[in-house]
Amino acid sequence: MSAPSIVADTSVIKTMRKLRIPQTERNRELALLVVAFAVNVAMVLLVQLGATGEIETTLVSLTATLAALVFGLHICLRYVAPKADPLLLPIVTVLNGMGVAMIYRLDIAEGYTGWSAFSTRQIVWSAIAIIGAITVILVIRNHRVLFRYTYIFGFAAFVLLLLPLVPGLGRRVNGAQVWIGIGDFLTFQPGEVAKIALAIFFAGYLVRTRDSLSLVGRRFLGVQLPRLRDLGPIVVVWALSMGVIVFQRDLGTALLYFGMFTVMIYVATGRLSWVLIGLGLFGGGAAIASQSLTYVNGRFNNWLDAFSQEIYDAQGGSFQLLQGIFGLAHGGLVGTGLGQGRPAITPLAESDYIIASLGEELGLAGIFAILCLYLVFVGRGIRIGFLDGDDFGKLLALGLAFTVALQVFIMVGGVTRVIPLTGLTTPFLAAGGSSLVANWIIVALLLRVSDSARPARSGEASS
Amino acid sequence: MKKEMKRVSVVVLAMFVALFISTSVIQVFQADTLAADPRNSRTLYDSYRTERGPILAGQTVIADSVATGDRYAFQRQYPEGELYSAVTGYFNPTQGSSGVERSMNDLLSGTSNLQFLDEINRIISGQPPKGAAVQVTVDPAVQKAAFDALGDLTGSVVAIEPSTGRILAMVSKPTYDPNQLAGTDSGQVIDNYNALLSAEGDPLINRTISGDLNPPGSTFKLVVATAAFESGDYAPETQLPNPASYTLPGTNTTVFNSSRGPCGGSGDTVSISDAIRYSCNIPMAELGIALGDDVIRETAERYGFNEDLSIPMSVERSVYPQVLDSPQTGLSAFGQSDVRSTPLEMAMVSAGIANDGEMMTPGLIDEVTGRNLEVLQSFEPSVMQTTSSSETADAITDAMVASVTSGAATNATIDGVSVAGKTGTAENGSGDPYTLWFTGFAPADDPQVAVAVVIEDGGGRGQDGSGNALAAPVAKQVLEAVLNG
Repeated sequence: MSAPSIVADTSVIKTMRKLRIPQTERNRELALLVVAFAVNVAMVLLVQLGATGEIETTLVSLTATLAALVFGLHICLRYVAPKADPLLLPIVTVLNGMGVAMIYRLDIAEGYTGWSAFSTRQIVWSAIAIIGAITVILVIRNHRVLFRYTYIFGFAAFVLLLLPLVPGLGRRVNGAQVWIGIGDFLTFQPGEVAKIALAIFFAGYLVRTRDSLSLVGRRFLGVQLPRLRDLGPIVVVWALSMGVIVFQRDLGTALLYFGMFTVMIYVATGRLSWVLIGLGLFGGGAAIASQSLTYVNGRFNNWLDAFSQEIYDAQGGSFQLLQGIFGLAHGGLVGTGLGQGRPAITPLAESDYIIASLGEELGLAGIFAILCLYLVFVGRGIRIGFLDGDDFGKLLALGLAFTVALQVFIMVGGVTRVIPLTGLTTPFLAAGGSSLVANWIIVALLLRVSDSARPARSGEASS
Repeated sequence: MKKEMKRVSVVVLAMFVALFISTSVIQVFQADTLAADPRNSRTLYDSYRTERGPILAGQTVIADSVATGDRYAFQRQYPEGELYSAVTGYFNPTQGSSGVERSMNDLLSGTSNLQFLDEINRIISGQPPKGAAVQVTVDPAVQKAAFDALGDLTGSVVAIEPSTGRILAMVSKPTYDPNQLAGTDSGQVIDNYNALLSAEGDPLINRTISGDLNPPGSTFKLVVATAAFESGDYAPETQLPNPASYTLPGTNTTVFNSSRGPCGGSGDTVSISDAIRYSCNIPMAELGIALGDDVIRETAERYGFNEDLSIPMSVERSVYPQVLDSPQTGLSAFGQSDVRSTPLEMAMVSAGIANDGEMMTPGLIDEVTGRNLEVLQSFEPSVMQTTSSSETADAITDAMVASVTSGAATNATIDGVSVAGKTGTAENGSGDPYTLWFTGFAPADDPQVAVAVVIEDGGGRGQDGSGNALAAPVAKQVLEAVLNG
């Protein structure tokens, strides 16, 4: 396993290091955060100028509150994870801020104010999410603790997934039974948090069992197949995903879980056959679902034949998809400018179609910038795997980073007709509290893992 | 694990490349096609952002755009809506348009091909989109005179400059206020539109060029006289039999002069000049039958009957029927039977005679100027048709002058000016009110203006009104407005 780190000595040495070593990474992070804050405030101001022509300070001060919380997280990192990756936090801060600005812009278009405004709720959820991230970074001082509770996380994920199906607790929104609600106000998508629990469970489970999983069974058509009795776990996860499709009517989440598992098992075992089996199983299941389940079938038709008038007019047809595409096209290369497009024409412009809304007002240039931010974020996550560190941490970081990448692909790809559109959230951008909380926890976990995985930059550990 | 992670990185990169490609395709390569999709309401809303160019008559703005602050950005405003409704029509971003607003829409909205360079220029210089300004040929003073002269009567007035074809006035009554249809509250606009549709007298119809066309009555005698003189067989002095009543050949239909006696008092014969001067039906019916419908139709078509025209609003065809038997030809010679004419058509007849037999193409658009005041389109006078020789035109002019000085059109007399005129009092159904006409021009020796006036519904007097009593005074005021202007 990994080489013993110099960090893990005694608390005295730790404290001395803190005092002695300049916090290069944290200073970089701070510099980038200042840029991120500036971008966020500028976007809110541009939205106001573009949409109403006047500056209104309430939202600016709310954005400043978020900046203060992010700054709080940064300070915590200086003490509890000084060597954590310096790019992750600024990137998600900018993305979160862009989301808030665009949601606020849509509120202006729809005339929503106060608590009925999506932007107000998004800011509150952002605050909760950042506090959640701070809590995670403070409580979990060493991610290896999580490894100890592998199966508990597996069980927790299972329970979280089942919650929306509990009568009286589950809620159905836009056809998908993925919500739980208490009263009218507090609604939550437990599947978002289950995603993290699953990643921890997969990482822990695969690190434990990968030796047996990578044992080769028979060869078939030049591919080395695993032993039949090792197929158990992947079949269970497959069944779980199919259950999500059938009972919760949520194609995107199923794809997300299954994709995450397939990639993690591949990286853990190094056997390509797992990928082939995974793709075969999921592809087969999705093909059957697309034929037998009406809502899945509708999604496929909307995707393949979006411009047909019949499908456009149909209930749950491609109207929304085409409006989103029209919006993107309206933006063109450089966009209409913040506050000056017509993103509100597209239904769900603040959630499923947030990327189309941003694309309309910021143009292809803006979309490329956003995609590059995601790409760098995911790249930094995967990079942890290439550093010195424990295998559990590496696998966890990879799984979480890939989840974000896959989620972006499913949403942006769905809106731009690369794949059928399924209901997920675009990480950090889309309106939705559960997603924000889950994704900020992912950030906290990645920061935590990256802190311990990074080789020391000074002394004998430096290379 | 590193090898696998590298492969996963490649997969992630491939996923993002797919997104870079898909967004590029939509936002750049397919952007134009998607913008042209009829289901793309953003394109429609964008069109509202263009500040539509103004419409001007002389120095007067008769239509312009005002900012609304709602999603339509602008709405149309008609400062003297009722006065100019027949010219401007109305424009509504969602509910349609009419008049110059409709026929000049490309230029007013800035989407015409003529404005392509202007548009490129605009994008580079970052100016907001703006349509071209349309200057119409209408003279505000003449328009006002015609509007006031017509008063509350149902009818219309057209005035043309004979030497160019410029339309100097275009009034249709009852009128409406186009501002009622320009608003951005669609429900309100639809209500107003329906109210106007069912309103008495169909105010939305521009009677000068469309609607239920009227028989031209005796004003059509100008066309028949042209046919006669141009044939070479007839001269102004040619005598025609002058009975007090005339039974159309092969029928029991008896035709009378409006005096119910012989034409011009007594005499066994009457000249064609006098038949026009006193507007007698019997000699003209005889003349028409002698000429035959083919000859009359051919002349009528030179004047623009049976032909499409746009000014640039499209003008309804005036009709001289294709096949007529002898009695019908007789009736058509004094503008009855199935002959139908727009007021614009009869003004063109007068203008052709006034311009020595060279009828100019009528037009309403004087000049179109782009945002930088560059001229995109301007009025170029053109001969539409040579309608007769100048001798024929002079002979008819003389008869029309005589009609005003001492004939059937005396109410158009203007002191010190020689006015040429012809009245018409057309019958509709047997008990229905007459349609009252006047067409003519002034001064007779150097025509500045040709005019046609139609008063429908007998001017409220049933069958007691006449062209001379009601239409001629209206025409007189219009002529005066030009001559004094």
